[in-house]
Amino acid sequence: MREVVAEATNPVMLYSVGKDSAVMLHLAKKAFYPAPPPFPLLHVDTTWKFQDMYALRDKAAREAGMDLLVYHNPEAMERGINPFDHGPLHTDMWKTEGLKQALDKWGFDAAFGGARRDEEKSRAKERIFSFRTATHGWDPKNQRPELWNLYNARKAKGESIRVFPISNWTELDIWQYIMAEGIEIVPLYMAAKRPTVMRDGLLLMVDDERFPLKPGEEPVMRSIRFRTLGCYPLTGAVESEAATLPEVVQEMLLTTTSERQGRAIDKDEGGAGMEKKKQEGYF
Amino acid sequence: MAENSPLPLAGGVGGAPVAARDATDKDTPTPNPSSKREGDSVYQTDSLIAEDIGAYLELHQNKGLLRFITCGSVDDGKSTLIGRLLYDSKMIFEDQLAALEADSRRVGTQGQAIDFALLVDGLAAEREQGITIDVAYRFFSTEKRKFIVADTPGHEQYTRNMVTGASTADLAVILIDARKGVLMQTRRHSFLAHLIGIRHIVLAVNKMDLVGYDQDVFNKIVADYHAFAQEIGIAGFTAIPISGFKGDNITQAPSSETPWYRGPSLIEHLETVEIEATAAQAGAFRMPVQWVNRPNLDFRGFAGLIAEGTVKPGDAVRVIPSGKTSTVSRIVTLDGDLEEAVAGQSVTLTLADEIDCSRGDVLAAAGDPPQAADQFEASLVWMSDEALIPGRGYWLKLATQTVSASVAHPKYEIDVNSLEHLAAKTLSLNSIGVAEVTTDKPIVFEPYAKNRQLGGFILIDKLTNATVAAGMIHFSLRRAQNVHWQALEIGREQHATLKGQAPAVLWFTGLSGSGKSTIANMVEKKLHATGRHTFLLDGDNVRHGLNKDLGFTEADRIENIRRVGEVAKLMTDAGLIVLTAFISPFRAERELVRQMLPEGEFIEVFVDTPLEVAENRDVKGLYKKARAGELKNFTGIDSPYERPVNPEIRIDTTKTSPEEAAELIVNRLIGAWTPDL
Repeated sequence: MREVVAEATNPVMLYSVGKDSAVMLHLAKKAFYPAPPPFPLLHVDTTWKFQDMYALRDKAAREAGMDLLVYHNPEAMERGINPFDHGPLHTDMWKTEGLKQALDKWGFDAAFGGARRDEEKSRAKERIFSFRTATHGWDPKNQRPELWNLYNARKAKGESIRVFPISNWTELDIWQYIMAEGIEIVPLYMAAKRPTVMRDGLLLMVDDERFPLKPGEEPVMRSIRFRTLGCYPLTGAVESEAATLPEVVQEMLLTTTSERQGRAIDKDEGGAGMEKKKQEGYF
Repeated sequence: MAENSPLPLAGGVGGAPVAARDATDKDTPTPNPSSKREGDSVYQTDSLIAEDIGAYLELHQNKGLLRFITCGSVDDGKSTLIGRLLYDSKMIFEDQLAALEADSRRVGTQGQAIDFALLVDGLAAEREQGITIDVAYRFFSTEKRKFIVADTPGHEQYTRNMVTGASTADLAVILIDARKGVLMQTRRHSFLAHLIGIRHIVLAVNKMDLVGYDQDVFNKIVADYHAFAQEIGIAGFTAIPISGFKGDNITQAPSSETPWYRGPSLIEHLETVEIEATAAQAGAFRMPVQWVNRPNLDFRGFAGLIAEGTVKPGDAVRVIPSGKTSTVSRIVTLDGDLEEAVAGQSVTLTLADEIDCSRGDVLAAAGDPPQAADQFEASLVWMSDEALIPGRGYWLKLATQTVSASVAHPKYEIDVNSLEHLAAKTLSLNSIGVAEVTTDKPIVFEPYAKNRQLGGFILIDKLTNATVAAGMIHFSLRRAQNVHWQALEIGREQHATLKGQAPAVLWFTGLSGSGKSTIANMVEKKLHATGRHTFLLDGDNVRHGLNKDLGFTEADRIENIRRVGEVAKLMTDAGLIVLTAFISPFRAERELVRQMLPEGEFIEVFVDTPLEVAENRDVKGLYKKARAGELKNFTGIDSPYERPVNPEIRIDTTKTSPEEAAELIVNRLIGAWTPDL
């Protein structure tokens, strides 16, 4: 992170309010202490996040002494793009396009992200300093070799770098660190009784009144938690009684379903879904 | 397949299989009866997770980390081995397993059995081609250690990927196909691992199942490898007979198929091999300054990763290269000040005195500082499709220092297969050679063999910003501190003042016959007429004298321009306005000259004449000769001309006459002058 701040002109930290973002933000506080992290937080919002996430987002930025920038893709806003009616277009417009627009709007030349190599196959080959063209494209075949802990952050005008400081962390490392450092995370990671419906194999939480119930659907109170947090209509919960951090970790370690399974977006277009999204500019 | 009998569960490593795991296993379809989950007897953490999560987390937190690389080709079963390590250590989840089964049936190479390789080959293109082309990092852990595996391709054309993966590894697993023995590629992989400084080598003799687990086959391979290892200076290695496909000697040893084997299983070895984390802490203190932390006027901290040694408040430190000294007052962290910090930690230090220190400097033990030098011998691994151009300027990044550097003609290239030293004029993609590297100012370093962080560097192309090479410093060729610049009492300013002008270089570039010399001559006459002191360096004339030893190859052309640049610089130091008329076809060389001069003194004049027009004029008859093949490397015909992207002045000779052009340039130059002239 210090290397990026030393070499980039206008860095930003992408903050998605999830547990990985929380860890990344905490590391930033440590890296720059006693100064506050010398860059703003950017939340590329879809308006469809869980209410608990919005609450923690504002609080975390305030406590870190950092500016919080929130960006909404105006076109998605105008067209009322939502996960119920628009399927994959929702992610594409709010997140992929929204991110590009936000980076262009403020002219950020380096963006920290909380992606990890153990999350998904195509991410295993992602660099820690991942170079993007002026149009935010990612070319997996033309990546810079990264030797030792020496990072080449040079780029031409208009080009940018995405930086993944916790690339080599595993999910267990993340949980371990959250516990050891007492980092505040969204309560949705812990089990509680919440209103849910089961739809297309995903257990969804009815987080607000915008959730259109289908005929015959009735929210059922179930004890659930989330392994990963995104837009609430796209994020599947798991039934669980694990209400404390150690219990969550225990359950995570004994479970046999991988982390991103709850996310509908990875399943688009077969096994190469995430790789394709990244080439289009998704984080 | 059925002849694989279950392995003994005893042996001190494991206990009884665990209830929790068994419960989940029942829900998991067993896709391939032969790929027994023998891991159940070794990865015993499940019981602890279920019974005492707190104790487990404590254990995990204190686990060490081992980074290793696997070297071998697709045929050696490398991906299969890694897939198996992940599978055996339960790093494959149910949904991934389901996808793996489906993929195995669809594109797998193992019939109906699980193709572990599919688990590891990430990118879509690779899946289609069935080969691994990049470096992929995989994570797994056992109850003793956490592991990061760098999976890199083994073919010669992927040498750079292997070097990249090896650069962060503590250990290398060299895979050998038991049927084939020590091959050319085994030698190559071992050499690269050794070159990058990996001290722990594991020789994994794979596919033992296909040679009937024959001890003689194994012994012969080990003996062959031993002879070779000695030859290249590998001090020791651990040889293990395995089958990645069947699982023999992966988690437990000996497998019932290899009762003759007395050593550890692969996992046991990986879990217990000693890592030299302490070696770096034993040296004298060095911390490259990464960033200066200055939140307010009362705090000035120097942030960086400690490369070597330890540091405590009160320690005397020296800033290198300036040599100024101070003492450490605090080691500042968010969780309170530290009493001591060691190599491998990222910290922020404050000093007792206000001394100059910024990014790129190295804070070091005052009594035992590192050297600074500007000329080195280094091993280079070339990583770009574009070959090394000796003499061209590249950015060199070492720790937190970035300087301009050039590489001389290689002393030799190393044939990675035969390990012979070959004569070489350049280094191309994947070649490894030894060459002298010269930096434009001294950098602080340590030999790579002593410290990777201060001895390893990358070279960056100045135009594309691509990382083109990795380098490892052997030693400096002279101590920069002994070479002092002659302090000049009468400097460039005095020279310029006496002449009453601001020095500049008007650098004319363009195709042969574009009109560079014609226009430059006119500009010089006009400047002379207004009382300016000028000098015209013309391409043809310089080649008769200063550069008569140079030909027209790419490398010679670069040297030609470099010398002209140096001469032009000396002349501006003397206060002159220098005009140069050279084709100077390469952007990088023009940039090199630009960077030699103070900001604003280099004025690039692009004499833009289309090739057809220049060729039609053909004043010297050169194009005709080039077309006839009598002249080689002729710009525009069989050698490229790289157009300036942002020249200060561009003359379109199809629209502007030489006279108008000269007028324009003079106005531009004089207009840029300070009013007191």
